[in-house]
Amino acid sequence: MDPLSRRRFLKISSATLGLAAGGGALAGAARAVSSSAASTPPTGLQKVPTFCDICFWKCGAIAYVRDGELWKIEGNPDDPLSRGRLCPRGTGGIGAHRDADRLRTPLIRRRNRGDEEWAAVTWDEALGHVAEKMQAIKSRHGPEAVALFSHGIGGNFLKHTLRAYGAINFAAPSFAQCRGPRDVGFHLTFGDGVSSPERTDIRNARCLVLIGSHLGENMHNTQVQEFADAVGNGATVIVVDPRFSIAAGKAKHYLPIKPGTDLALLLAWMHVIVSEKLYDQDYVAQHGFGFEQFAASLVGYTPEWAYPETGIQPEVIRETAREMARYRPATLVHPGRHATWYGDDAQRSRGIALLNALLGSWGRKGGFYVPASMDVPEYPYPPYPTSEKPQVDNPGGRYPFALEAITTGIREATVTGQPYPVKGWFVYATNLIHALPNEAETIRAIQNLDLMVVVDVIPSEIAGWADVVLPESVYLERYDDLNVEWFREPFIALRQPVVESPHDQKPNWWIARELALKLGLGTYYPWRHVEEYLDTRLKGAGLSLAELKTKGIVGGGTPPVFFDEGVAPEFPTPSGKIEFYSLQLQEKGFDPVPRYKKPPEGPPGTFRLLYGRAPVHSFSRTQTNPILHDMMSENAVWVNADVAVRYGLKTGDVVRLKNQDGVVSRPVKVLATERIRPDCVYLVHGFGHTATRLRRAYGKGASDAQLITRYETDPLMGGTGMNVNFVSLEVES
Amino acid sequence: MARYGMVIDTVRCVGCMDCVVACKTENEVPEGLNRDWIAYETRGKHPTLQMEIRTERCNHCDEPPCVTCCPTGASHVEDFGRIVLVTHQECIGCKACLASCPYDARFVHPEGYADKCTFCIHRVKDGLDPACVAVCPTHCMHFGDFDDPNSVVSRLLASRRHHALLVAAGTAPRIFYLD
Ligand code: SF4
Repeated sequence: MDPLSRRRFLKISSATLGLAAGGGALAGAARAVSSSAASTPPTGLQKVPTFCDICFWKCGAIAYVRDGELWKIEGNPDDPLSRGRLCPRGTGGIGAHRDADRLRTPLIRRRNRGDEEWAAVTWDEALGHVAEKMQAIKSRHGPEAVALFSHGIGGNFLKHTLRAYGAINFAAPSFAQCRGPRDVGFHLTFGDGVSSPERTDIRNARCLVLIGSHLGENMHNTQVQEFADAVGNGATVIVVDPRFSIAAGKAKHYLPIKPGTDLALLLAWMHVIVSEKLYDQDYVAQHGFGFEQFAASLVGYTPEWAYPETGIQPEVIRETAREMARYRPATLVHPGRHATWYGDDAQRSRGIALLNALLGSWGRKGGFYVPASMDVPEYPYPPYPTSEKPQVDNPGGRYPFALEAITTGIREATVTGQPYPVKGWFVYATNLIHALPNEAETIRAIQNLDLMVVVDVIPSEIAGWADVVLPESVYLERYDDLNVEWFREPFIALRQPVVESPHDQKPNWWIARELALKLGLGTYYPWRHVEEYLDTRLKGAGLSLAELKTKGIVGGGTPPVFFDEGVAPEFPTPSGKIEFYSLQLQEKGFDPVPRYKKPPEGPPGTFRLLYGRAPVHSFSRTQTNPILHDMMSENAVWVNADVAVRYGLKTGDVVRLKNQDGVVSRPVKVLATERIRPDCVYLVHGFGHTATRLRRAYGKGASDAQLITRYETDPLMGGTGMNVNFVSLEVES
Repeated sequence: MARYGMVIDTVRCVGCMDCVVACKTENEVPEGLNRDWIAYETRGKHPTLQMEIRTERCNHCDEPPCVTCCPTGASHVEDFGRIVLVTHQECIGCKACLASCPYDARFVHPEGYADKCTFCIHRVKDGLDPACVAVCPTHCMHFGDFDDPNSVVSRLLASRRHHALLVAAGTAPRIFYLD
């Protein structure tokens, strides 16, 4: 989300809300601040409000401590995201604190990179070593040669330290390996992204269309809760997926699409809606730009044309299109989240945006709301040094519509040294070996570095490649930056320590600050303890740390969030309208209206490798959590039941997957099932760990990431389409 | 006297296992064991499929075979809510109850006694729902008194089509699934 469009969202100043802060509550909270959580283990039951970090949804939670021991964690009823109920990963989050495989002390590499041989050192030694290497890189290559890969709110302080040092290259896989194409497609159309949490009004949708979006397996809490509400209210659900997902089981229409052809279906749907004049004509006339040219471009995309591409019968395409139109504007064609599939993903996402535009759902109840946030000023730091150099990830604007830095662009620059060398990597809480496609390229880049630092809670695969590993306290043991959330009901939430770290782990704010001091950047840390930082920011919003420590969450009420409620329709595109026809795309040589291209097929005898989520794990970072491991300890490869018979396989048999480049997976069990098409196989992401220190998870299941040696780069924004790998089944004898 | 049971809406349930996780943390169920679980039932051929997802556990049956077969009386029906419980100190770990339960709801706790779902009786006595019900992000689970015709569970059964598991076993289970 770029700052320009963010400003167009509603903002609410908490200072003007006249929040009641009772004197009694404040006095109690003040004690909690000075006793700095759990320094003397108390007896009895304590409830500490905080927010979850098992994924980035950041649900408000209340942790229970019984006789000084962490017992359980529940949703905070005041939190609009969780509504008092965490998802299974959040509920099992206490396992992160107990995990026996956690990193315990700082480590410095003893032998070759990737050997996973370490010497345990003190924080002073570890940070001293890092600072020394950073100074050397700065004097030889400039501070721009140090990059940060980071995921989640915990990276904020480290980013601050690196900014102060002069670094300018910061990226998260959440853009180019995940939601980037979606946000670009919506930006190009509405002038605004979908943001996170998604601005989808699922609970009020009367017709919900999910294209590959597997809510219920993908457990983003609010989305799933609202999905159940929509289903419970009898909303018509249309699911498009090569796999019969959990959501498909709730659907009135399940469309088992041929992988890679979603844009053909979208175009055919739009063809029906436009040619039968079923679209919201007032909305389009009022807000649309270039509708005539757009409509003209759809002429050839009939359902009959789409049938051989998608495998979806023309009458089903017509019927579902009409059903969507019947419920508009309360028809939500969900934009999805992990959208990096085939390399034309921004255009496919634009197709989704355009379909929503036809249905008039943007800004409307049951469609997309306009999120709001509360006003919390940033901490008044001194200005950061400026740089003459451009960011390294997207030289010359090669991907003209990238909204954020491209991880794989930094990786490429690290390999080539162009446009300038990158010599240091910080990797915070993202396991790049599982998150980026083509592991070999990541390792090639790492071998070019003078310094590779990983800050994490578990000894992940990427930690195995580090020179220095810095063990972080888990979220239940630390403060983080405030969550000032953009949502339908805006709020501010605090993460605070519930229990102490069991070993020599440190919170990221402490690590970032100590490193800054070692680098001589003390002026950037006018505060000594993060509590001072948090209190300063909160005071700026008319609140206080004491209040947040007691409540965990302060809400900003329920502002209007729909056009019909008085929110002014604003479309920050070049035309100021919804761009059915995009001149900015045309100017850069791209299709102004999405155009379908047939996806390449795999070699004979292979299956397209698809991947997704399980409700009990987040990425590759929860497999050693003892509670979540108990829920799902390994993944299985989903194989269509008829195909399984052809191969003489049954559920539980073991195979290896071999991809088109000869890469062979670890042994993995087969799930022979009717729930998937015969031309693809499916793995839950995040398994098949190879890091030897992840003892509980090591060698269990197969890694999709390992098999993703190929990727198709999105020419609009640099996203890496990863559903372009094909595997054969190697039956174990 | 109440007669507690559950009504579970399979339309809303997504099988996320939050109920299983919440039970585990609430009751400190040992690693490798669980008191509740998810069952998936898929019928049909791709792509014409139907799927039912159920969260399952001890049915706290009105006619519990695990109680009648218990040689020591450890396995018993509690007066409070007619909840089927095991008195740990009286259990000799003979596993007769494990064999008699048609739902496979019981296991032997590492400390030697037969263990299973308690309907979180400690919470219910405090006026709370069982942990699995309270956590469910889809609000698909309901807990209440079947002897009270006005309870949510009684009203749901009266108003919606439903089924229970292995009724033919004659156990008179008290967990019902809305279709
Ligand atoms: S969705 Fe689940 S894992 Fe993510 S923040 Fe919420 S409770 Fe935690």
